[in-house]
Amino acid sequence: MFDSLTGKFANAFTALRNRGRIGTGDIDELCGEIRKALLDADVALAVAESFVAKINERAQAALPQLRQSTNQSQAIYAIVNEELISILGGAARRIRLAKNPPTVIMLAGLQGSGKTTLAGKLAHYFKTQGDTPLLVAADLQRPNAVTQLSVVATNAKVPVFAPEAGNGLGDPIKVARESLKFAREKMHNIVIIDTAGRLGVDLELMNEAKAIRDAVNPDEIIFVVDSMIGQDAVRTAQAFLDGVGFDGVALTKLDGDAKGGAALSIAQITARPIMYVSNGEKLQDFDLFYPDRMASRILGMGDIQSLAEQAKQAFDGDTAAKLESKFVEGDDFTLEDFLEQMQAMKKMGSMSKLLGMLPGANSGAMKKQLENFDEGELVRTQAIVQSMTPSERREPKILNGSRRIRIANGSGRSVKEVNSLVDRFSAAQKMMRTMRNGGSISGLPGRLGNSAPQSGGMGKPPPNKKKSRSGNPAKRAQTEG
Amino acid sequence: MSLFKKLFAKLSRSDISASDLLELELLLIEADLGADVARKIIENSKSRKSEDFLESVRTTLSESLSKKSREILHDSKKPTVILIIGVNGTGKTTSAAKLANYLKNENKKVLIAAADTFRAAAVAQIQTWGERIGIPVISGNDGADPAAVVFDAAKRAIAEKFDYLIIDTAGRLHTKDNLMAELEKVKRVVEKVIPVSEILFVLDGTTGQNGLTQAQIFNESVGLTGLIVTKLDGSAKGGIAIATEAALDLPIKFIGTGETLADFSPFDSAKYLEDLTSL
Repeated sequence: MFDSLTGKFANAFTALRNRGRIGTGDIDELCGEIRKALLDADVALAVAESFVAKINERAQAALPQLRQSTNQSQAIYAIVNEELISILGGAARRIRLAKNPPTVIMLAGLQGSGKTTLAGKLAHYFKTQGDTPLLVAADLQRPNAVTQLSVVATNAKVPVFAPEAGNGLGDPIKVARESLKFAREKMHNIVIIDTAGRLGVDLELMNEAKAIRDAVNPDEIIFVVDSMIGQDAVRTAQAFLDGVGFDGVALTKLDGDAKGGAALSIAQITARPIMYVSNGEKLQDFDLFYPDRMASRILGMGDIQSLAEQAKQAFDGDTAAKLESKFVEGDDFTLEDFLEQMQAMKKMGSMSKLLGMLPGANSGAMKKQLENFDEGELVRTQAIVQSMTPSERREPKILNGSRRIRIANGSGRSVKEVNSLVDRFSAAQKMMRTMRNGGSISGLPGRLGNSAPQSGGMGKPPPNKKKSRSGNPAKRAQTEG
Repeated sequence: MSLFKKLFAKLSRSDISASDLLELELLLIEADLGADVARKIIENSKSRKSEDFLESVRTTLSESLSKKSREILHDSKKPTVILIIGVNGTGKTTSAAKLANYLKNENKKVLIAAADTFRAAAVAQIQTWGERIGIPVISGNDGADPAAVVFDAAKRAIAEKFDYLIIDTAGRLHTKDNLMAELEKVKRVVEKVIPVSEILFVLDGTTGQNGLTQAQIFNESVGLTGLIVTKLDGSAKGGIAIATEAALDLPIKFIGTGETLADFSPFDSAKYLEDLTSL
């Protein structure tokens, strides 16, 4: 997302680091670079100028102390990081739940900003949190917006309240009002209202939005904005703020290469926090917004925290506990576990998105590779494993030539691919065994742990035997296949 | 729309100060023309040493525009195939419908192919438009292969002697190589039946500097013939459209200025610049 901003910041900082001793002029130069980077990223002029001025002031003020410090550029980096976090809204903010359910969330924004898609993603998110959301189709303007929301709702497995067919007919205010009654009756604790897209300057539609707002008295109004928007972002946001008002911002289409500078401007100028980001076409491609994490992403430091959280969410307690107990008890990691893990991975969203959170993922070569990551690879691997019988999954060593041919035919892949999967799997299994034998029960690395020799000693002989056996058939089969 | 109201008094004088120039540069940036284009315009205008500085800004802007025709290109054979492409949410489907309506009003026989089989209910959206305008729409089911849909549409357009075939495609971000490959396939498949005369890129008028990158990548992928700029009825100045036209020599052919079918017209560059720089 903020990729090229990241690239430019990185260049500016590299130049600074190479300078060794930093002087007043170097800071001016850095600020000039930052200003240009921000403008190229569509950050509103006023915001860019004030941001740069603040950094300049703080860095110049810190300079006398920095002269003694060995890590001058690091200190300036920290200043930029802090200012970025503050411009992005400081602390993360979450939805305020109403004391008396349902909590009403209203979405507003320009046409094509992605409101309907976001509505589905929000509903999906709340559902995974254990809430019982209801989607409300109050966009009765755009042809088939109601149908689109219904499809989105079906995909998210969330009910939708859509009494009007839309396409210019029906009263959105009435729909919104009745949805609350419906939600109370059916015990939905969150109501998400999708409204028609409108231009900031369109008084009539703005009044309609206002009327919907007054009819349902939402707990949160979220302004949905396309991250690719230009300098008009500020005017649009201001118009919506004056028109319907909003409490938070959701940024969409962050999976493009937009520099997302508009986000910075909107957060800064309207003093409303960015709450959600949406970055893909799947329901799961949706995140809570964390200013500190975003700042570190802009500065090229990756977002490990989000990655860890997503992993925790996708690998539900059972799967993780089962794996752990297997590991401890000395049972082998089987292809069945492997399959479960793969399915959990898929729940986390696309692979390229996940890898994109790693530090350095936005650097040139790595980025290109990420973009071309073949998501189909996971599907193909899964097909191969699913074409195996349960006993084969548990004991891959029984895979002889004819079994492999059957699996290859069953999954529509070649025997070579089946072989390579089994080989890779054996290697992984071997690694797990080594880890277990060498590591302590708690999973701490190191062969010197006190408990390791005992627990490892018990588990050691069988895996070693298995290893020598499983190795041979694989090779044999490979030559046969 | 006018950019320069605030600067009127200052700029109509012949002695322009450095701070006036800076202010003008900022105005151009705020219109999404981009920092580089803004600087170039200022430089060019300065070197002219014209009596009327504003006039020279206008001239520079108009000279940077594409010299290519803004008419719809035709192939010798009928139907004329127009492919509508762009990133998500820029208004492709609405533009396809408006364009169909525009051509129909010129007494042309138009067929629409709904090749956006990806987005939920996109096919239904264009079908509703088709019914309103009174134009047949060929579609597959949601999730169908778009190339197959356009292939059928192209066959039918020839068989039933349509004048125009307008193909509405799914929105795709230019960063998704697989989706760009799908688009290339759609084009390839149509061209097996009949050449594509126009590939129009739909650019959201509120887009910032990313718009140029988008157009560049789509251009490399399938080769664009022109632009449709949408949502110009808002407060956005659509400067990115001018910057894109200038950078890629891609004429803006149509503009969308509202929600009704009639809010669509051929792009009048002289009038646009007049509006942009009017006082």
